[in-house]
Amino acid sequence: MNMNVDYIMHLADSALILGHRNSEWCGHGPVLEQDIAITNISLDLIGQARNFYQYAAGLHNDGSTEDSLAYLRDVREFRNLLLVEQPNGDWAHTILRQFFISNFQYELYRWLAAQEDEQLAAICNKALKEVTYHLRWSSEWVIRLGDGTEESKQRMLSAIDDLWTFTGELFTRAPFEPVDPAIFSQNYQQRITEIFTEARLPIPTGVYFQQGGKTGLHSEHLGFILAEMQFMQRAYPGSAW
Amino acid sequence: MNDHIKKILSNVQDPEVPVLSVIDLGIVRDAVETDEGIEVVITPTYTGCPAMDVISAQIRMELLAHGYRSVTVKTVLSPAWTTDWMTEEGKQKLKAYGIAPPLHSQQVCATERFSDEVIQCPLCSSFHTHQVSNFGSTACKALYQCDDCKEPFDYFKCH
Repeated sequence: MNMNVDYIMHLADSALILGHRNSEWCGHGPVLEQDIAITNISLDLIGQARNFYQYAAGLHNDGSTEDSLAYLRDVREFRNLLLVEQPNGDWAHTILRQFFISNFQYELYRWLAAQEDEQLAAICNKALKEVTYHLRWSSEWVIRLGDGTEESKQRMLSAIDDLWTFTGELFTRAPFEPVDPAIFSQNYQQRITEIFTEARLPIPTGVYFQQGGKTGLHSEHLGFILAEMQFMQRAYPGSAW
Repeated sequence: MNDHIKKILSNVQDPEVPVLSVIDLGIVRDAVETDEGIEVVITPTYTGCPAMDVISAQIRMELLAHGYRSVTVKTVLSPAWTTDWMTEEGKQKLKAYGIAPPLHSQQVCATERFSDEVIQCPLCSSFHTHQVSNFGSTACKALYQCDDCKEPFDYFKCH
């Protein structure tokens, strides 16, 4: 049994855009080891995106490839979460964004790995090992920054203010989703409570959430990401390494 | 996979850790000969591992060089690769190369935060080491430093 191809595209787009965002840190990380860490996470995410796109291309069965799906679609066709396209900001923003996503992906991929769509289950089972590592790494950094210096704490508070509003979309079901993602929210919230308490950060309580990524209504940032990421294929169609 | 093919594929090295063959790594899952040719089944270490394309090409080249025709290399994701599939010989080679081999995954593949694994320094064999970063020069490694001989080293992390 195959899942809806739009759903596979949504998973692919979220992994790709976050992978691209993280890759913007390459050469700019706060210290060498963490520059390497965030770009390794980027590599994992882009690898996961490739697997999802390859699978989707096969289901589309219209001559599309992983490359055409990544490089030749425009903003309104992308189905990624709004959260992943938000700017890197400072290290606190990048860490918090990764923590929210890894926390969610950990629950989602565990569920997908147990479903009947064999190819999707295989991709997610494989990705889960990597996501587990991302979750551990980003959790440690939330704690380190939240319970660090006065400045690192202020930066985490500011990141929470900026990013929390994009997290509600994770749990808003789109028509293509095989399950109501609300079933993941309990474990997700519990982990936030656990990590934020250890980090001495307030548990966010905001209830107004931005929506739209899953239906192609994006923030202004996605256009700029695509302009950079797709430039080569747009300027030199069909170019290859 | 028969011993003959295994022996041939032992010549194919991981381009990023050139002391390990694809057999040592445990990424060759099967090799099936038919009347039409031979199909080798491999599985990636990490999803985004950039070495996989090179490895596929090298497996093809090696088999062609040994007289096989119609060589296909297929990639499968399930069951997912684990460092437990690395051969004992591979682990010894890693250590001799200066990379700490992976511990058994059941011992250490944990999600607990800030838990330091006790990794033996591959150079002076001291257990008095600490983690510098849980990510290293490639997706499969973490950075450690020995507190006795002071040498930094890579740890091929359990997966």
